[in-house]
Amino acid sequence: MSVVHEVSPLIRPRSKILTRFGREVNWGDFVFRRATALLAALVIAALAAMAAAMVHGSAESLSKFGLGFISSRVWDPVRDVYGALPFIYGTIASSLLALCFAVPISLGVAIFLSELAPAWLRGPVGFLVELLAAVPSVVYGLWGIFALAPWLRTTVEPFLGRTLGFLPFFQGQQRGFGMLAGGIILAIMITPTISSVSREVLRAVPSALREGALGLGATPWEAVRVAVLPYARSGLVGATILGLGRALGETMAITMVIGNRSEISASLFAPSYTMASVIANEFSEATGSLYLSALAEVGLLLFVVTVLLNIVARLLVWRVGRLPQSGRL
Amino acid sequence: MFARRNLLVGLLLTLVACKGNQPAPVPAASEPAPEVKKDEAISLTGAGATFPYPLYSKWISEYNKQNPNVKINYQSIGSGGGIRQITANTVDFGATDAPMKEDEAKQAPGKLFHIPATIGAVVVAYNVPEVTGTLRLAPEVLVDIYAGKIKKWNDPKIKADNADAKLPAKDISVVYRTDGSGTTAVFTDYLGKVSAEWKEKVGVGKVVNWPTGLGAKGNEGVTGQVKTTPYTIGYIERAYASQNKLPMAELKNKSGKFVAPSIEAMSAAADAVEVPEELFVSLSNADGEAVYPITSYSYLLVYENAKDATKGEALAKYIWWGLHEGQKFSKDLDYAPIPSKVLAKVEVRLKELRSGDKKLLSGA
Repeated sequence: MSVVHEVSPLIRPRSKILTRFGREVNWGDFVFRRATALLAALVIAALAAMAAAMVHGSAESLSKFGLGFISSRVWDPVRDVYGALPFIYGTIASSLLALCFAVPISLGVAIFLSELAPAWLRGPVGFLVELLAAVPSVVYGLWGIFALAPWLRTTVEPFLGRTLGFLPFFQGQQRGFGMLAGGIILAIMITPTISSVSREVLRAVPSALREGALGLGATPWEAVRVAVLPYARSGLVGATILGLGRALGETMAITMVIGNRSEISASLFAPSYTMASVIANEFSEATGSLYLSALAEVGLLLFVVTVLLNIVARLLVWRVGRLPQSGRL
Repeated sequence: MFARRNLLVGLLLTLVACKGNQPAPVPAASEPAPEVKKDEAISLTGAGATFPYPLYSKWISEYNKQNPNVKINYQSIGSGGGIRQITANTVDFGATDAPMKEDEAKQAPGKLFHIPATIGAVVVAYNVPEVTGTLRLAPEVLVDIYAGKIKKWNDPKIKADNADAKLPAKDISVVYRTDGSGTTAVFTDYLGKVSAEWKEKVGVGKVVNWPTGLGAKGNEGVTGQVKTTPYTIGYIERAYASQNKLPMAELKNKSGKFVAPSIEAMSAAADAVEVPEELFVSLSNADGEAVYPITSYSYLLVYENAKDATKGEALAKYIWWGLHEGQKFSKDLDYAPIPSKVLAKVEVRLKELRSGDKKLLSGA
């Protein structure tokens, strides 16, 4: 080491400290490692503190209602009776509905942009799709109230009622506001997330795969289906999960169109309610400790549902990643 | 007296401006020497009801023009939030539409005064393209609509009071406020007063479990839904209906007269109800022919004993100003002014404000 000093005066002598095991460790490394570890721990600590605060805040409601809180459908602040089932249902159903709309659209956008679009078109279209993500959610909500809901009420819902009205999903009063409007708004909001991540994933697919498929005589569609999509599968599932995460937590826009009624109905025309919405709507005016505690418990439940769905999604990515990466023509 | 005091403040400020940062000399006037240094910037924060927010923000900007050293910041976070914040002592004053409940008052570290500051009305707005005149609703009809018992616009019960109107055979789409709000508290207070069944089954509060309808967020949300959706009925603050030119129903009052929500009809309700010692009272369904039945006071909440004498005095003076000069802004913003006989009681209460042994408004 000392030889190095003599050779190059630019390299300054480094201070060393002795670890327990007698090894010499560089001071800078030591500080750097500890500092980054501390920063990483901060994130975990923040998460733990948040969970602890929510458990603490919802203690009264937890002890009063127990598991009944999850299974009860009644939410009545006047009588101090609280049950969160309609909110849990509304949150999950609206997010899944949004995925049903958003995943095919996003995949289409991503495949077009990465595989098919002429080079001059990729930039502008990609930019516009990403621009959708920059629109504030309250703007989506206002658009929902003044454009989407009236259109659903006058055009889409009567059509669905006429043609598919025999299904329980398309029955009941057509008001525009409801689960369908909520799902569509969420779908528009998560499409940019899913499509831009998917596009990056597809771009990362080695060109050799594409060229190989095309060289073997595959059409562009076959090349995408056989060579590109199977390779990108786990990444695409990951992109979908990111979108799902955003849909679960979205508050403002969906509150403005979903109808905010704590009931469970199979019909997509019926109003519903989400966990994030009920907190946003009622927390500011809530007085009384049990009421506040019940709202905190809804927050805790949202946390739990999000974590559970993320775990399920991780498992899915893991499983999909292990499947043999080949397709058939 | 106030004009003179303001002049005095102005003079002092000029003096100070000329002389730099010397302590302001206090001239021996007929009034007791104010201990607040006039050149000292005072900032007050308040939080609470959204209902009177347009009026309060007007007050604040006007008051600040006259008293540039007093900066007031009001956050319209909702009545419940206002009560929580003043109880936690994180703001200098709170504001609420519904008076504090007894158990809420007990949680506060000191005695809180309710100061009725303005009067507002909740109106029933509707969107029925076929109806060109004004819709008239009896209380039991309104209750039945919100209870989901009257489902169609051409229901005979609605027709009974609207013989001339062309009422279509369409489903009534009911809209309510989904976020906790004083507006809902005032509206359900009225429904509970006119219907024992409503009071028992649904109840009265800032959020209730509505038997039917769709929930919209905020006055603007309900207004938006009523405006864009035909055959909708909803309840909103008067200002929102008049600014958006939504038709407002005439409601049948206790004397059997159909009354539109005019400022005069709101004042009539305030005149009809005696204000008790604690200074809060419900104005809904008041007696009298000219009365609009869904009228309500909105209150400021202040501690009787201020921790900080300087801030306390500034706050007391601001509230005094709001209740006198501030009232002239009411009508333009769709509120009714506080009637003079109530004002007399409020003045007595404001003079009781103190900080320790010191009365805050001794000079007023």
